Amino acid sequence: MEHRSAGAGPGGSAAEPFVRIEGITKRFGATVAVNRIDLDIQRSELFCLLGGSGSGKSTLLRMLAGFEQPSEGRILIDGQDMTGVPAYERPVNMMFQSYALFPHMSVSDNVAYGLRRGGVARAEIRKRVADMLDMVKMGDYAQRKPHQLSGGQRQRVALARALVRQPKLLLLDEPLGALDKKLREETQFELMKIQSQLGTTFIVVTHDQDEAMTLASRMGVMQDGRLVQVGGPRDLYEFPVNRFVARFIGAVNLFEAVLIEDEPGHARLRCAETGGVFYVSHGVSGTPGQTMHLALRPEKINLTRDKPDGEENVAPGVIDEIAYLGNLSVYQVRLDTGRLIHVTLPNLDRHEGEAFEIGNRVFCSWGPASAVVLPA
Amino acid sequence: MLRTGRFVTFMALAGLMYLYIPIFIMMVLSFNGSRLVSVWGGFSFKWYGELFSNDQLLNAAWLSIRVAGFSATLAVILGTLAGYVLTRFGPFRGRVLMAGMVTAPLVMPEVITGLSLLLLFVAMEDFIGWPQGRSITTIVISHATFCMAYVAIVVQSRLAQMDGVLEEAAQDLGARPWRAFIDVTLPMLAPALISGWLLAFTLSFDDLVISSFVSGPGSSTLPMVIFSKVRLGVSPDVNALATILIGFVGTCVFVYSWRAGRRMRMREDA
Repeated sequence: MEHRSAGAGPGGSAAEPFVRIEGITKRFGATVAVNRIDLDIQRSELFCLLGGSGSGKSTLLRMLAGFEQPSEGRILIDGQDMTGVPAYERPVNMMFQSYALFPHMSVSDNVAYGLRRGGVARAEIRKRVADMLDMVKMGDYAQRKPHQLSGGQRQRVALARALVRQPKLLLLDEPLGALDKKLREETQFELMKIQSQLGTTFIVVTHDQDEAMTLASRMGVMQDGRLVQVGGPRDLYEFPVNRFVARFIGAVNLFEAVLIEDEPGHARLRCAETGGVFYVSHGVSGTPGQTMHLALRPEKINLTRDKPDGEENVAPGVIDEIAYLGNLSVYQVRLDTGRLIHVTLPNLDRHEGEAFEIGNRVFCSWGPASAVVLPA
Repeated sequence: MLRTGRFVTFMALAGLMYLYIPIFIMMVLSFNGSRLVSVWGGFSFKWYGELFSNDQLLNAAWLSIRVAGFSATLAVILGTLAGYVLTRFGPFRGRVLMAGMVTAPLVMPEVITGLSLLLLFVAMEDFIGWPQGRSITTIVISHATFCMAYVAIVVQSRLAQMDGVLEEAAQDLGARPWRAFIDVTLPMLAPALISGWLLAFTLSFDDLVISSFVSGPGSSTLPMVIFSKVRLGVSPDVNALATILIGFVGTCVFVYSWRAGRRMRMREDA
């Protein structure tokens, strides 16, 4: 059977989600790998599932591919219920983490395999395989065997093989995990280019938050089988819903604080760890006396030698350690309370000049909209 | 680096001589012109001529080759299915029991296997009238039974090394499970199947005990004929037959390892 993404399927209106995951649960014996996940993905979206190992992201992907059957719930792709549809009949293709190229077949036979199984005419197979290999810039390697290719080349062949059937949905399991850093960055942008060129819906599973941030139009963070938060990269970075998400996406300083004042327009929290008061420019809808958590990103903290105006959103300390990273420096500051926090500042000046040194006494300060208040 | 001293060289040579001198002596004696096995009577092809006019030996050899070929093929088919189920079907009910039962013939004394198969065949003949008497059919069935265990083990270990993800990839690309098995699993399994077939062929070819139980009149395998001849005194045409077999097997092994070596070098060059 041959699947084409062209043309709207049944119920393919603009408002209808292209992939709908409804109350999906997967149990392996007593363990719950995926726990009641609901998720809608739009047509032509590049969606990233982000999570640590054992978070259930790969299991969810395998259920989309049809290698695992959900214990509860159902998956709809382009309006079609996928329950009971085996992997070989789904309009879905997958790019495996290990690429899973057939070692006894040449590059072009690997790419042609899906078309041959789909009963495509021989002349058309030849043309589509050649076009696809050209697109991933592997046209010159068509007759090679997989073991004669480098890691990056194998990755391209795997991508071509997964795309040549024109699937409605492409699943990518850690697509760049096996590549070195430089190649990974180049490939990220290429992957995005191919995705927007073809308009195929991509679901990428990754544990690398940088990769997810670069690739995704939207992403979902998974923890212990649950989908904790879904949103754009900016939503997840600036408005994490809990400490797990805040920690998982980017670096963060987390504090525990007690709510002492909560008004519609502002709130104050006393924090023993900084020895001061956090003032945030919005209400937090809590009860005074309640313990809450604050997330403060390192780049949202400023360092000054002189004490800034005001008594709130400031903490004095001493520079403990400096890591120079070129574009910016990470300062580890030991607050007077003993707590260590991280601050990053851009290296605006090429000369050391006025730069801070280890042992300098500094004041850390931040704005009223910098810290995120987290209920959990 | 271990220094190969005289002692090590000597021990290696002694070991190899221990293994090969008996065979060498037998090969030399096959060209012996004398009727007495232990007395050298000059070089002669006499026993080869004698061998090719000895219908009993030739028929037995041809029977053994057919039995080994059929039972090795049967064992490869059944053993592959068993090995595949044991490695790829996950933890199904009774898996451990099945694994044990598939490999049990490896450790079962041949006398017991032979006797129980004989009893089975007799009982089957009484109840369903098949197999009629003891013949090449019963030998093939018996040999396939114990050879299958060896094939299952070879296939199982090969499959365990192989990534199951390749079969998933084939299914993902639209191949039904059976098609994925033929297109992907089988080609990658081929080396294991070939070595499993050769192993089964060899085991069947030189089996004496089980064949003795389940063979009938007119279906004596080569080991059975040789064994019965030797009981009446060694006849030099057996030496000639053995020399031909060794020459054949030696050539096969040589060609196979030469081709394998060449393939390996080609892979390195690429």
